[in-house]
Order: sequence, then structure tokens, then C-alpha cells
Amino acid sequence: MSDNNNQALKQTPLHALHLQHGGKMVAFAGYELPVHYQEGIIAEHLHTRKEAGLFDVSHMGQLILRGDNVAAALETLVAGDIQQLAADKLRYTVLTNDNGGIIDDLIVTNHASHLHLVVNASRKELDYNHIASKLQGRCTLEERHDRALLALQGPAAAAVMARMAPACRHILFMTAQPLKVAGVPCLVSRSGYSGEDGYEISVPADDVEHVARLFLGEPEVKPIGLGARDTLRLEAGLCLYGNDINETTTPVEAGLSWTVSRRRRAEGGFPGADVIVAQISDGVKRKRVGLRIAGKAPVRAQAEVMDNDSNIIGEVTSGGYGPSVGGPVAMGYVDVADAQPGSEIKFMVRGKLLPGRVEKLPFVKHRYVTR
Amino acid sequence: MTIKYTKEHEWLRVEGNIGTVGISDYAQEQLGDIVFVELPEITKKIIKSDTVAVVESVKAASEIYAPVGGEICEVNQALEDNPEKVNAAAMDGGWFFKLEINNIDDLDDLMDEATYKEYVEGLE
Repeated sequence: MSDNNNQALKQTPLHALHLQHGGKMVAFAGYELPVHYQEGIIAEHLHTRKEAGLFDVSHMGQLILRGDNVAAALETLVAGDIQQLAADKLRYTVLTNDNGGIIDDLIVTNHASHLHLVVNASRKELDYNHIASKLQGRCTLEERHDRALLALQGPAAAAVMARMAPACRHILFMTAQPLKVAGVPCLVSRSGYSGEDGYEISVPADDVEHVARLFLGEPEVKPIGLGARDTLRLEAGLCLYGNDINETTTPVEAGLSWTVSRRRRAEGGFPGADVIVAQISDGVKRKRVGLRIAGKAPVRAQAEVMDNDSNIIGEVTSGGYGPSVGGPVAMGYVDVADAQPGSEIKFMVRGKLLPGRVEKLPFVKHRYVTR
Repeated sequence: MTIKYTKEHEWLRVEGNIGTVGISDYAQEQLGDIVFVELPEITKKIIKSDTVAVVESVKAASEIYAPVGGEICEVNQALEDNPEKVNAAAMDGGWFFKLEINNIDDLDDLMDEATYKEYVEGLE
């Protein structure tokens, strides 16, 4: 299966496994990946929130950054606090541009001797070139093509992990642990993109099929495709780069000011810091919000959001069906005057105005294990 | 009752001058879980190949085209509360709408069961 340009799609090391499990393969960020398996998106989504789902996220970029004062070096490119990120801890942060826009959102893990970055597949080449060129001479950047990435998400994930990796410590959310899973040295972090408890596991590419099969052999675990990955994160109010955040959205507009610590606000030293700090103190013109649709028709990205007088007040950036919510949900940017939860709004869909309202995110409560 | 198919995977069953339209089992499988169906208004006049309905799966919206021209006389209300019926029973209970056909010649280029089966096999 190839895309319209006839450029061959890349495959992850789990390609054969996806086909064996009846994966419906589609093109995503230059990769051939399953949008769902035999049960379909809704069943896979519900299973993840009920038990545990295993996701192949090997298309994402895993980058290793090394150097003297590597944390200080990375801070010149991201808005987050990396210097005070303790060893074995993870942080969600953003690479910014000179306008305060977001180049990518990423997870940074402090492994003492180096930083481990996980970046979006659609941005990894750009991120690599950006970081490598900006930090040239100061740090070395390596993409780990030899590593795959699995995500195990859901309330049963911890029990499964305890069985699969008996040396597993009870690590809390946003903490990493090097761990042997079925004898294979992996890097396990308690993190994810579903709003549920769970783990992300960096596995040597040569061993990931074996490890994935073992996880899938556990009674609670089913394979989950990209379709459910998207419905889970949408319900959890998590951003998708390219939809909800991009080079024209600042972290403040996106509701991600919390990623900019007090110290970084005071000290700056990252691209667009002046714009971002001004927005934090003076406010923004538009905000990313949750959008609830009154009826049953889904409202999708790029639909216009209007007020009750039919003025355009915003745009949907992500939208679709939420299986746990049992109806359509969306996220988008709305003029700050209309961005209060409960504000009544309308969506333009196929020439009709559909009613809805602004709603606080997330649509489904997060169940991270933070204590 | 003979069944006819379009290249866009709609099916048509004709009884007298009333046609019932749905989407094929192949189509519902390709679409995945269906979460919403937008049906036409009764008495709407349509011509062959008009967009008559919209079916929303989890990922995307797809248009349903009229296999023949006519006037909408009934829609499947059950799909409002249970759009998943299209997945479960695409060939019968998941029908979309009925219409009074106004030009029987519109059926001429539709595929019969065997031809449609071959057509689908060619797509896979």
C-alpha cells in the first residue's frame, strides 16, 4: 500500500504482527500503521478504558541528546524546565519558534548522562534538524532507529506490567525505570496519551515483536490502532500536533502555560519567550477549549465556530466521536470573550448551524497514578 | 426482489416503483464504526447521483449518492438512535431511505449481484 506520491511507506518492526491481528493498514506520517484491528475503533477505545490496550507507536522519534550542561542547552529551545528535571523524571514540553509558536510537543526524560526525547512522527525530521543545528558544537543528537516504542494503557496496565516485569517498581506518573521485560532491556515510563494510567516502553527494535506478543498474550491486553489512539486522546483533552497546536499557536493560547515554569517565565532564554511571557501577563485573544455538540452529528477539524448572532468566533481543530462520552466531542480555538465553559455556540456543518457549548477539558477524567 | 449496486457501493431494491437504498456490507466494513447518519427530508426530489445522505464513521464523513432519481417517501428513523445498525445489518435493517422512482431507465447502468461481487474483488 503506498500513498498518492507512490513513495513507499515506512513500516515499523511490528508490521507483520499488525497484519496477523487483522490490522486495517493506513498511511500515517509516512508510515503504514493499523487504524484499527478486527474489533474496530469503538471497541478498542472502550477496551483500553476498561482493561488494557497495546499500541505500536514506533513511528515516533526517539532522540538522544548528550553534552555538557545538556539540560541548559535544551532549555535554549524549549519553554519547559529541564535543568531542574530530576533523574528518571519525564516532562512534557514544547519546542518554540521566535513568534512563540509551537514547533513540536515532546516528552523529555532525564537519564543523567543524556536526555531522551520522544517527538511526533510527523515532525521528527524537522525537530532533529532544528535541534542538531541550533545546538551544534554544544551537544550531539542521535536518533535511535534501533529502538521501537510500545504504549500499554488502561486501568489494568499496572497489573500486567507487574506480571511481565517482576522487577517493576511502583513508579509514579511521569517517572522512568530501566527494566527487563521478558529478559529484554527496556526503558519503561509511566506515561501516555490516553488519559488513563499506563506505560510507554522503549524496546530494542530487534526484540519488540517478541515483547509485543508477550503483552498481547496477557488476558487483559488487546492490540489497539491509531483510530482509538485519537479518540482516547481527544476525550482526554490532549493536543495533536498539526491539529490543535502548530507553529502559529502559542502555548498560552493552547492552554499549555503550565509547561512554562515560574523560573522560565522570569528568565526567558527560549525562542518567543517575550511573546509568551507577555501573553501570560496580559492575556490572549483566543483560547483552546473543549467543545460539546448538542446533537449527534460529529463536528470535525476546520468547522467554523459561531456565536448566537452567527459571528465567527473560532474554529474546530480536532473533532469526532467520543466512545466513552457516547457522542461527538471536539476541541478548537475560540475568541477569549466566548471561551468560558457553558458559553453557547454554534458549529457550521454542511451549511447548517448545529448548537453546542464550550466545555471544560478533559471530557473524560484523567486517571494518572500520581501518588 | 432483485438487488442492484452502484460503483459507490449503494444497493437498491425495487418493488413496484418504490426503491429502497442502503450501503453494501463491503462499504460498512470499509467505513468502520458508524456513529451518525444524516438522512434526507421526505418529499425531497433527487436525481441520479445526487448526494442524498451522509454517513459519519468515527474517522470521517462519507456521502451517499442516489442510485436512481425520484422523490424520497420514507427514511429509516431507526438509524437516528442506532446508527450502528448500518454496520450490523447493512443489507436489510440498515437501509437508509425509500423513494418513488421517476425514471426506470436510471437502473440500466447499475450492477447486478454477481457483477458487484467481481467489482469488489477487484478492489481488494
